Amino acid sequence: MAGYGLLSPALLIMVAMLALPIAALVLLSFWRQSGYTLDTTLTGANYARIFGLSDSPTVWMGIPFYLAYPVPVILLIKSLMMSLTATVTVIPLAYPMAYFIAFRVRSGKSIWILLLTIPFWTSYLLRVFAWKIMLGYTGAINSGLMALGIIHHPLDALLYNSGAVTVVLAHSWVSFAVLPIYVSLEKIDRSLLEAASDLGDTRWQRFRRITLPLSMPGVIAAALMVFIPTVGDYVTPTLIGGSGGSMVGNLIQDLFMKRNNAPMGAAVAIVMMAVIALIALLFVWLTGYHKMRARRR
Amino acid sequence: MTFLNRFAGLRLYAVLFVIFIYGPVLLLPLFSLDTGLYPTFPLKGLTLQHYAEMAANTSMIEALKNSLTVAVIVSALSTTVSIPAALALSRYRLPGAAAVLGFMSLPLLIPSIVIAVALLIILLKFLGVALSLWTVGAGHVLICIPFCMSVLMSRLEGFDPSLEEASRDLGCTGWQTFWRLTLPLAMPGVISSLLMGFVVSFDEFVIAFFLSGTQTTLPIFLFSQLRFPDKLPGVLALGSLILAGSAVLVVLAELLRRRGAKSANPGDI
Repeated sequence: MAGYGLLSPALLIMVAMLALPIAALVLLSFWRQSGYTLDTTLTGANYARIFGLSDSPTVWMGIPFYLAYPVPVILLIKSLMMSLTATVTVIPLAYPMAYFIAFRVRSGKSIWILLLTIPFWTSYLLRVFAWKIMLGYTGAINSGLMALGIIHHPLDALLYNSGAVTVVLAHSWVSFAVLPIYVSLEKIDRSLLEAASDLGDTRWQRFRRITLPLSMPGVIAAALMVFIPTVGDYVTPTLIGGSGGSMVGNLIQDLFMKRNNAPMGAAVAIVMMAVIALIALLFVWLTGYHKMRARRR
Repeated sequence: MTFLNRFAGLRLYAVLFVIFIYGPVLLLPLFSLDTGLYPTFPLKGLTLQHYAEMAANTSMIEALKNSLTVAVIVSALSTTVSIPAALALSRYRLPGAAAVLGFMSLPLLIPSIVIAVALLIILLKFLGVALSLWTVGAGHVLICIPFCMSVLMSRLEGFDPSLEEASRDLGCTGWQTFWRLTLPLAMPGVISSLLMGFVVSFDEFVIAFFLSGTQTTLPIFLFSQLRFPDKLPGVLALGSLILAGSAVLVVLAELLRRRGAKSANPGDI
């Protein structure tokens, strides 16, 4: 009981400032905004509107959406696709780096790890802003290429599209994907690798049959670490995306601040979190991540 | 020979990787020293003028003061509540400890825009609290606690609990053991937690953007300046200073934490 006493101040703060606000958000999503007043009778109208069907489809990316208010669903799918692309890009980039630190660095591992963690602690706003400077119409890439005489007119497709947002998301998160992969590589019993070599495996066979499978928990953790927070990102689509590269986080902000429809914003936020949680759980289940963790204990 | 090549290949990749990570961000200090108004190549000339202009900007100084105040209070408060919590989770076998730990790391997984709007509605629609630097601080405490907890727990797990048993056997009360033994031994972790909490709060943008009233913090000031192209050099100068400051604090915090965790002699601080 003494343990819970020690825990209680921090836990109380977390309950008061995380659990209660999220509960309030859920409650709000079942209310309705009518003009400037909030109608507090419980209703599923916001959710019904998000998923409400229509006979005339809205076509996005060649896919017809038979929805009366298609913006939230389309933006959510778009955000999921962008995060997924970023995640799939990040893993193969991070893996060799993690492998290098785990197996090739003899001394000074902590320096490499520190180099990879510093960006995590420095302002996300500034890191994204640096990309804006790079990709802008008169930015570093355009002016640099023109100064070198490679191009004669600035490329205007660098900024304000979903491709640019995906690149920046991948860049912002790639160094954090290294850490869980590194941890799982570091945990591999080296005698297993020696045994594989002694039994005649080539380097490649050894990697494919021992190292890669044993590092899968780290790869899965890294994928989740990149995917989960990027879907709802706000800074990157705001600075880099413009109107073409906006994501579901922008819609939530828009509904709360500009359109004065907080209940609808709350409903979109809840749907987004539910979908992310569902995908994450499905991913964990499909890859057998929980079994891997159980085996490791 | 092939082994050497493989080694060199991976090392080259690692070096390129780090350059790739840091490349874009290093453009900020580079262009902040350029005399040109726009961040374009070729560079025009070296100057410190943008830094001087920024230092003379009163609304920037105001925002800096606000950010410092919030970050200091937030980091002190988050560390203070995280010390007993980290002790509880590392010293006692609590039923449900895994669930508690999972719950406490939720702020790292929930997108900050959701945390921001959830806090916004409970403050405005349910409690009727006006937005101020206090509400920003409240939101920041929430996201700092998971970081402080992880730093403190790694330090507390790094030293021998039998020292605490010895202290109790020698007649110290629990409180005396904490003040005379546990806290001094955990000090590198505590300082590291204070620094981390400070950096997280100081650099946080989204929650501050939603929860601040008329008083702005430094990231919000920066964001507001981004709309004006003629303010860009100043933004670059300020941004470079913030990046450098954060990096120094983080390295310091990491060095302290490592020194704590790896020390063979647990009394060595």
